Amino acid sequence: MYGKGLRALSISTVVAITVALGLVFFYAPLEAEQGFLQKIFYVHVPLAIIALCGFVLGGLLAIQHLRTRDPRWDMRSYVVIHMSLIFAVATLITGSIWAKGSWGHWWVWSEPTLVSFLIVFLLYATYQPLRFAIEDPERQARYASVFAITAGAFVPMNFIAVRLSTAYLHPRVLGSTSNLPAPMAFTFLVSLLAFALLFATLCKYELTAKHTRAQVRALRRRLAGDAFEGPRRQRSAAPALGHHATIATARASSRTGV
Amino acid sequence: MLAAAVAELPALPLHTAGKYVAGAYIVLFAIVLIYVAIMAIRLGRIEQELGELLELSERPSAPPVGSQGGDVPQPESTLA
Repeated sequence: MYGKGLRALSISTVVAITVALGLVFFYAPLEAEQGFLQKIFYVHVPLAIIALCGFVLGGLLAIQHLRTRDPRWDMRSYVVIHMSLIFAVATLITGSIWAKGSWGHWWVWSEPTLVSFLIVFLLYATYQPLRFAIEDPERQARYASVFAITAGAFVPMNFIAVRLSTAYLHPRVLGSTSNLPAPMAFTFLVSLLAFALLFATLCKYELTAKHTRAQVRALRRRLAGDAFEGPRRQRSAAPALGHHATIATARASSRTGV
Repeated sequence: MLAAAVAELPALPLHTAGKYVAGAYIVLFAIVLIYVAIMAIRLGRIEQELGELLELSERPSAPPVGSQGGDVPQPESTLA
């Protein structure tokens, strides 16, 4: 179900990343002030943009979960937020390396963009502990969705607040590609597309793995003959297949008297 | 032909900034690599489980696992 188109997406991602790397190192000109160090820009900024967009997308998927009560939306929301967290870690590390090369410090606390991104990251770092601290699957899914929506709404507000702040030490990029020379803007956009594809591929990869695992578990339950046990401690985001398969097995077993 | 094309490309200016740029890109690809490795381990587990299930299904006369009060596999978290 989730694996459909995964191969094509993976190939597109590899091609896009290869093209982006080629453009970054052999096409985009060197920036006048920072020189070669500015090449980090083509990886750091797309990662940050995709991580933040992923957090917002996680909130939108959570809205869909609350509307439909379909656990698959909860699982999608979980996977997107999980992946965004990984991208956010990469953003923080590449940003720190850039800061060290550019400003001579690994971290600058007076810089609002850095600190605000760290706040967003720390906020989402609490998502998984919160989620897995709740035993009841229904409540777990509901609370996780409410968290995802609230935090997802906080992300653009945080972004706008930083934009409105006066201390502009951090380079501004989003919405200002017109300020970049055409080769740089083109390279940046290709890079952004490549990382967006990477994000989509990894999300799909994880969704496929989770779905397959749920199918294997449903099959194991069927073969083990404990269909009546039902989805006792089944997590909220388990795909519907596992649950339905269990119910179907239970019904079949009750008819045959097994 | 490829070697000639590569030779035509401009040399990368790997001066003092080179180590930072290399570090940033290496970190990114290391993170992706670690993630893929974790997923590969999970895939290996799924494959192992499938093998066990295949073995189980190929025993037509065998009683179902757990019917004798044996260890019944517990449903696990999908999100684990």
